[in-house]
Amino acid sequence: MNILVCVRRVPDPAENEFRLNGPRTDLSRDDLVYSINEWDNYAVEEALQITSRLGGEVTVITAGGEDDEEILRRQLAMGAQRAVLVSDEAFVETDARGIAMALAAYAKKNHFDLILTGVQAESGGAQVGGMMAAMLDLPFASLVTSIEALEGNKLKVAREVAGGNKEISEMDLPCVLSIQTGINEPRYVGMRGIRQVASVEIPSMDVGALGIAAAELQPKVERAGYFTPVSGTGAEMLSGDRDDIVNELVERLKARGGIPA
Amino acid sequence: MNPIFIVALHQAGLPDDSVGELISVAKVIDPSSAPTALACGYGAELDSVCTSLRPMFREVWKLANEHFTGSNSEAMREALVAIVPKGSIVLLAHEHFGLDLAPGLSIKLNASYVPDVIAVEEGLKLIRQEFNGQFSVRMECDLSAGAVITIRPGCFKATSTASAEGVVIDKSAAIPTMTLHRRYITTIPAQVGDVDITKQTVLVSVGRGIQDQENIGLAEELASVLGGAVSCSRPVVDAKWLEKSRQVGSSGATVSPKVYLACGISGSFQHMTGIKGAPFLVAINKNPGAPIFQFADIGIVDDVLEFLPVLTERVREVLAGKGAAVAAR
Repeated sequence: MNILVCVRRVPDPAENEFRLNGPRTDLSRDDLVYSINEWDNYAVEEALQITSRLGGEVTVITAGGEDDEEILRRQLAMGAQRAVLVSDEAFVETDARGIAMALAAYAKKNHFDLILTGVQAESGGAQVGGMMAAMLDLPFASLVTSIEALEGNKLKVAREVAGGNKEISEMDLPCVLSIQTGINEPRYVGMRGIRQVASVEIPSMDVGALGIAAAELQPKVERAGYFTPVSGTGAEMLSGDRDDIVNELVERLKARGGIPA
Repeated sequence: MNPIFIVALHQAGLPDDSVGELISVAKVIDPSSAPTALACGYGAELDSVCTSLRPMFREVWKLANEHFTGSNSEAMREALVAIVPKGSIVLLAHEHFGLDLAPGLSIKLNASYVPDVIAVEEGLKLIRQEFNGQFSVRMECDLSAGAVITIRPGCFKATSTASAEGVVIDKSAAIPTMTLHRRYITTIPAQVGDVDITKQTVLVSVGRGIQDQENIGLAEELASVLGGAVSCSRPVVDAKWLEKSRQVGSSGATVSPKVYLACGISGSFQHMTGIKGAPFLVAINKNPGAPIFQFADIGIVDDVLEFLPVLTERVREVLAGKGAAVAAR
């Protein structure tokens, strides 16, 4: 089974304290640590496990710029056989639909039995996979927590629905699935593994090579500025040294029934 | 202004809470709008849903098809693309069904797509959150070909005012014949764990900040002296450090303790929607920008690995002191 996995390089929420830039049009991007989007890492691991059982190759793809090559290399070190970078200035301005269009164009030019994405990335939209599926006229399921191959070119797929319940469906291949975290345990990728793929040539193409005209990537949806949310009144922050904070907290817990009076 | 349609989710013959919320959204987008309900389903259950929707809408479009059982988003998309007029604004709830249906629907309608909207400002600026809820962003979208917009559940107050009794219009004949490539089989209910976190008065809840499975003992000790239990956020279950039955959130359990200590939890909305009943919420997180501080009553910026043992020790002393005082009497 040949599988395409769509991945994205994102500022790592565990490694950065995010701040907005001056005009509030973006994060302050100086000195940010980037990683592979967590959901996508699970998707690559799932693809590797499927191909190790059933044969076939895993191709990882990302739409972005030159800097994004590093995460493709990381996924090659993880075990993916091929990587493709769609690098174009157009991605600076386009929206999720534009990204989906580029990824779908690549998928259409090459044959894949299965296309995986992560459920969502840093913008939390959860949209690219479903859009690609519609563009390619393929079946789609979101929030996938297990995949089992069945006879007759089909999959048995579990989705996570409300309250921890699982919805089970049967899907015809080829199809597009968005992968939820926790579906597997992604393998560790060390520096040594990344060094071993350091000289692998990663083909890069622009959207023109995919047969997409720049005008098609005009965004339908645009950001008009970020701001810091205010929800309710916000927390009363306890400060001082740790012992004082602990004493204060204990008093509050007593008052609110958290410690038997 | 573009006509507004609301995809009315339902269960066991009754409309979902999100329907009233989406009516409120429609009224903010266009105060003069009379949104139309789109009710997809089958049989007597659908008839009962349509009857319940009549007091809420001027028009309820009934879409009956046997393929709609099992919430099949693929089948419903085919029907909606054939039936929703060009240029419409379609509103859905941002939950597991909306996530399946909405992105592809926007492509097939050639409409703009804005997911997970939490507020709407004048001039149709749609507010959503990025970076795990740390920042909000105003979105502007091109409405020339309509839009598909999903709304985060619980962000708008449901409109409950009954208007004139609406009419049910059966549009089922316009549903195209279809061959499904995704077929619903069954739903498996969530597993039950050793501890029922929904019944606890005090929850010591751990998130990614607990860093390792062996550190969960720190939370267990605190929970034990407080007479509560340990629960967690999703990353802890993903890492297999705790059972799924301990997870609080939209894909886990809904809890309503008196006191909720969020230890190293960032506070994504998926987690926060699992906390009900307005508990006394204490957040301990080393990132001062963590969204959990927007929701908490008390916030402490500290490393939970260092903070928890000190707190546990102090609570022990207080309880022992009380014991000693009682004994001395």
